[in-house]
Amino acid sequence: MAWEFVGGRPLYLQLAEHIQLDVLSGKYSLGERLPSVRELALIASVNPNTMQRALQTLEEKGLITAQRTTGWFVTESEDTLRSVRADMANAYTADYLAKMRHLGYTEAGVIEVLQRGNRGGQDNGRDTSLQEPDETV
Amino acid sequence: MAEILHCRNLTKLYNGFPALYNLNMSIPAGKIIGLLGPNGSGKTTLIKLTAGLLTPTAGDLLVDGMRPGIETKRIVSYLPERTYLNDWMNVEQILRYFSDFYPDFDAARAVDMLGRLGVNLKMKLKTMSKGTKEKVQLVLVMSRRAKLYLLDEPIGGVDPAARDFILDTILTNYNPDSTVLISTHLIADVEKVLDEFLFLKNGEIVQYNTVDAVRAEQGKSVDELFREVFKC
Repeated sequence: MAWEFVGGRPLYLQLAEHIQLDVLSGKYSLGERLPSVRELALIASVNPNTMQRALQTLEEKGLITAQRTTGWFVTESEDTLRSVRADMANAYTADYLAKMRHLGYTEAGVIEVLQRGNRGGQDNGRDTSLQEPDETV
Repeated sequence: MAEILHCRNLTKLYNGFPALYNLNMSIPAGKIIGLLGPNGSGKTTLIKLTAGLLTPTAGDLLVDGMRPGIETKRIVSYLPERTYLNDWMNVEQILRYFSDFYPDFDAARAVDMLGRLGVNLKMKLKTMSKGTKEKVQLVLVMSRRAKLYLLDEPIGGVDPAARDFILDTILTNYNPDSTVLISTHLIADVEKVLDEFLFLKNGEIVQYNTVDAVRAEQGKSVDELFREVFKC
């Protein structure tokens, strides 16, 4: 499956983000060897030069390291992983807050929505289980 | 970086009308480059000049430092816009034909790719659908170990799934020392496989840049940029 890209951002950054998410979500574990640049380029259906650049971006962050002959490996440092994860969480949060502010929410309002959202999820879970026996339609 | 293609004041006139006018450019080795422009902008003319099928009216064109001729044809693998293969031939015969012509033709690789495509080697070109025919021709062209691949509209006229196959075939066979020049106006489809692109307009280069530079500096895709530059 080819990966999806948006229009206005460099492809190498979008590739780097995709691989970063794969690492953070555990698709590749600590110290694991990544597929070769060629393989990754084919998986994503992109030019190997672009993929190479994406991997270099992740190397600068310390998330992956190049071994001269054997390829790219995920870092073995839990700390690096934690800090990259925190960076990404902060970026998502900033994005979310900007959107909520645009909608007219204050910070307190946002917190309320988040708490309600959390409970809402649980409530829905209970609701469906309760409704199941009643379903006659 | 080594250059594979160099044009100096390259001009091609058809009956006095310029198809290419005073083109100056240098294309490095090891890149996948999009030759982009509307119909009639000179894409095919540039490719045919590079393949040695046309001669310049004025100026120079050098492939790996040489004027187009027998030596450059050894290192250039060309996919024309229209087929030149005899449609009474079956795939096996065409494979032999290519092996005869080109010492750098990797028949085993071609057979492998055709197998993945589900093409029967006994099948005649005549009996194939347009899409299959185009895929077969691309497989042949990409199975040469060339330095420069010239692909004239490789994805025009095939469905999106076939397009993906064709782009994947290009990526699979591309090696870091060779250059692939792809002419097309289906930019959105090829954009992600390109390193660099050239915009041709009325026989002149109006832009030569890398895909990611456009995205980083102008915040838009090459497809969007193309629609702006060539707005009718």
